[in-house]
Amino acid sequence: MTTRETVPEEFRSIAHDAVRVALKAGANGVSARIAKVREVGVQWRDGQIEQVTESTTRGLGLSLYVDNRFASVSTSDLRREAIQPFIADAVAMTRTLSEDAFRTLPDPALYANRPTLDLLLADPAHGTMTAARRRDLARAIEDAARSVPKVDRILSVTTSVSDSRSEMFRVTSNGFEGERVDTSFWLSGSVTVQDDDGRRPEEGDLSGGRFIGDLGDPGAVGRSSAQRALSRLGAGKVSSGVMTLVLDNRAGGRFVGALLSPLAASAIQQRRSFLEGRAGQAVGSPLLSLADEPLIPRGFGSRHFDGEGISARRLPLFEAGVLKNYYVDTYYGKKLSMPPTTGSTSNLDWGLGPKSQAELISEAGDGVFVTGFLGGNSNGTTGDYSLGIQGFMIRRGKVAEPVAEMNISGNQLDLWKRLVGVGNDPYEYSSMRTPTLVFEGVSFAGV
Amino acid sequence: MNPPPLITPEAKGPTLGPTYFTAFGVDERLIREALSAALSQGGEYADLFFQHRVAHNFVLEDGSVNRAFKGTELGVGVRVVKGDQTGYAFTEDLSLQSIREAARTAATIAEGARTDAPQRFHVTSGLPSRYATARRWDDVRPEEKLPLLTGLNDRTFSMNDAIRKVNITFGDEMSAILIADSTGRIVEDLQPMTLLYLSCVAERNGEREQNTYGVAARQDMSFYSKDRLDLMVKEAVDRTMILFDAVQAPAGEMPVVLGAGASGILLHEAIGHGMEADFNRKGTSIYADKIGKKVAHPFVNIVDEGTQEGARGSINVDDEGNAAGRTNLVEGGVLTTYLHDTISAKHYGVKPTGNGRRESYQYAPLPRMRSTYMLPGPHKKEEIIASVKKGLYCSNFTNGQVQIGAGDFTFYVKNGYLIEDGKLTRPIKDVNIIGNGPRVLEQIDMVADDLTIDQGGWTCGKDGQSVPVSQGIPTVRVASITVGGRSEG
Repeated sequence: MTTRETVPEEFRSIAHDAVRVALKAGANGVSARIAKVREVGVQWRDGQIEQVTESTTRGLGLSLYVDNRFASVSTSDLRREAIQPFIADAVAMTRTLSEDAFRTLPDPALYANRPTLDLLLADPAHGTMTAARRRDLARAIEDAARSVPKVDRILSVTTSVSDSRSEMFRVTSNGFEGERVDTSFWLSGSVTVQDDDGRRPEEGDLSGGRFIGDLGDPGAVGRSSAQRALSRLGAGKVSSGVMTLVLDNRAGGRFVGALLSPLAASAIQQRRSFLEGRAGQAVGSPLLSLADEPLIPRGFGSRHFDGEGISARRLPLFEAGVLKNYYVDTYYGKKLSMPPTTGSTSNLDWGLGPKSQAELISEAGDGVFVTGFLGGNSNGTTGDYSLGIQGFMIRRGKVAEPVAEMNISGNQLDLWKRLVGVGNDPYEYSSMRTPTLVFEGVSFAGV
Repeated sequence: MNPPPLITPEAKGPTLGPTYFTAFGVDERLIREALSAALSQGGEYADLFFQHRVAHNFVLEDGSVNRAFKGTELGVGVRVVKGDQTGYAFTEDLSLQSIREAARTAATIAEGARTDAPQRFHVTSGLPSRYATARRWDDVRPEEKLPLLTGLNDRTFSMNDAIRKVNITFGDEMSAILIADSTGRIVEDLQPMTLLYLSCVAERNGEREQNTYGVAARQDMSFYSKDRLDLMVKEAVDRTMILFDAVQAPAGEMPVVLGAGASGILLHEAIGHGMEADFNRKGTSIYADKIGKKVAHPFVNIVDEGTQEGARGSINVDDEGNAAGRTNLVEGGVLTTYLHDTISAKHYGVKPTGNGRRESYQYAPLPRMRSTYMLPGPHKKEEIIASVKKGLYCSNFTNGQVQIGAGDFTFYVKNGYLIEDGKLTRPIKDVNIIGNGPRVLEQIDMVADDLTIDQGGWTCGKDGQSVPVSQGIPTVRVASITVGGRSEG
């Protein structure tokens, strides 16, 4: 079985033509990307189909370098008679901008040594998915959700089954050419339940992956969706205070995102990063180890090359709490005199601990098990954060009553030093692959 | 390419039919055949949503406008409705063959005998004109836009020596839409948008702070008057510099006074989303079954309207072709009307309220807000602040979120003050506020007479779709809500 699928020949010719047209119009450097994404989905609610959707988007994107000036443009209008004037207009627009000597295509040396590992991103059997199977799966998720105890509390069950296939081809005028085909398949359930006080909490679950076979068990998704919703009944807030926070692996992305954005070279150069100047310093506790890892088979962020064409490689971010590298693209790398690494995240690979979530909760004694965030923000310049949360109290090592309408606040630089536990359970349905994390001494606001 | 200008319906005379989109080969025959394919399996209703959108962005960083973006989108979405069920497909190839294929896909939501497509179409004429655009954005050359950015940059740096970095983004957009439905109605609109953000980073005694001020409108270049630009520079710098003196807000329940204008984010999150009729039709909103019930003090009146001249959230017509008027969400403290699209209006047996909106041709429309605000009340701002012994005054926000069913919502405060003994004292920063919609509505116990509609570039997200919105509010007091500040350890 091969999972190396190739993009249509028409793609290559449109992208190569676009580069040619742009160079002829006066560009000195061009990167052209053409992509097509087909998504099909069914949404099911309370015993019948709610919505069927089928979409195919396609687009051409160009990065134009014209006499040290830069613009990027995109269009979904791929008619030949439309593309030529579009590119001519774009080059003319670029000429109106200020010169910026740092704007260039990447050094072609960075295109070399592209990995060849089969990342298993595309299921050749993608086309075998049928409308009838999607509908049957969607119904099965609802049936399972309605099979749990306390079913009389359920107000509504919405489920969805979707899949997508995307194809992308990129070419630059300085020697890069690359392509990618990937697929994904998803099941999800969402259940709304009636609470005694009039609240109607909603919760859900999902499963999926790159291959049809990764879809998972609709029964498990349905039951888990209903159980998660029912577990929210009676939620309330408790007194404000400083407590231990156990962060559910599925909810970790929000926290971790606030740590990653300030690692961008653009944030450093624009003085909007609380991590500026901290390379080589301990930012987190010795338990904080993570790397950007583009080469994980079946990963949602896996790739052979990044958005500039730079060949993918592992990038250590934190090792035993010490900041090792930033996300550096070509442009800001030049401005900062730093060698480019990559300008965007792929997957995260965490240094895992030996314990399960249940063991970490048990060891926490008393605290709050945070299962989701609601709004809030993190200030990338100062590290101050304030986030709405929901979850459960942990009492004597056991998950106790649900809490909602509460908030946590602090500073990221302080928070990651309080990391005292890392689980063995990276969340498999996100490119961040975050394990359960335990933080001591976090400030909670409630009553 | 530049299609011909949109001809006003009146100017078309007796030969009714699409105009702007004729440049793309869209004529009455194509529309008729596409709708015929859409109804080939017995849908009750079908519509086509054609869109051509051209957007530009110019970015100033490190003193010069050194990057620009241009995006063009062209496509048509086909929707087929049967009862509460929807089939949706779209294509970016406007050939009859491709549209017919999308229409047949959408048609499969129904499983019956063919419904007749309309043979004749009428173009809706006399749409209001709510966009203050004497000049179309595609007629404004980059050379005219760029001095706006460089001028703002220079003035921002000259305002204060502590400013280290200035980032400015200017955006403009023209979106032409044509909606044709199975009742034979054709509606066209040309929707402009512009936005301008000014963000700065300052340094003082080794500390750094950053803040942003932005405006947006469905207007043309004349929106950027000298007064408005002066205000932008002053606000961006003031809002940044005051952060150096700010303290952390306390944690826990307390009275919160919300300043007039941007605090309308409270209404958007605490009640607006919950009043979108799709959630209520499904029983998944905390406001389901609450129409006609008292939810707030009698001086609380909340509306959602699409009619404010030039406002970011205003529309001549919604994305289903329905007139966008004014909808009373809460009248005299009583919950009055949900926000409807065509599907929910039919479900409830009421007229659509003009709230059927979508991000683009790639999405089916949903009930969405336009400009949501509270009418003026009987109190005075000074009186409201003076009434609070210990609490917060909040004036500037970045984002909010709500859980429609549970009713819990948040909004993030970027600037504000502590209130101590009835007076604004120390500035505060970066604190999230969290409450429950219906309970917080009950807690609004003072409303001032200083209604302000905010001109910020607010964007609302729902089901993965973003649409531009506006919001406003007079100064109000929320008697008690949880402030997510820091607890003493």
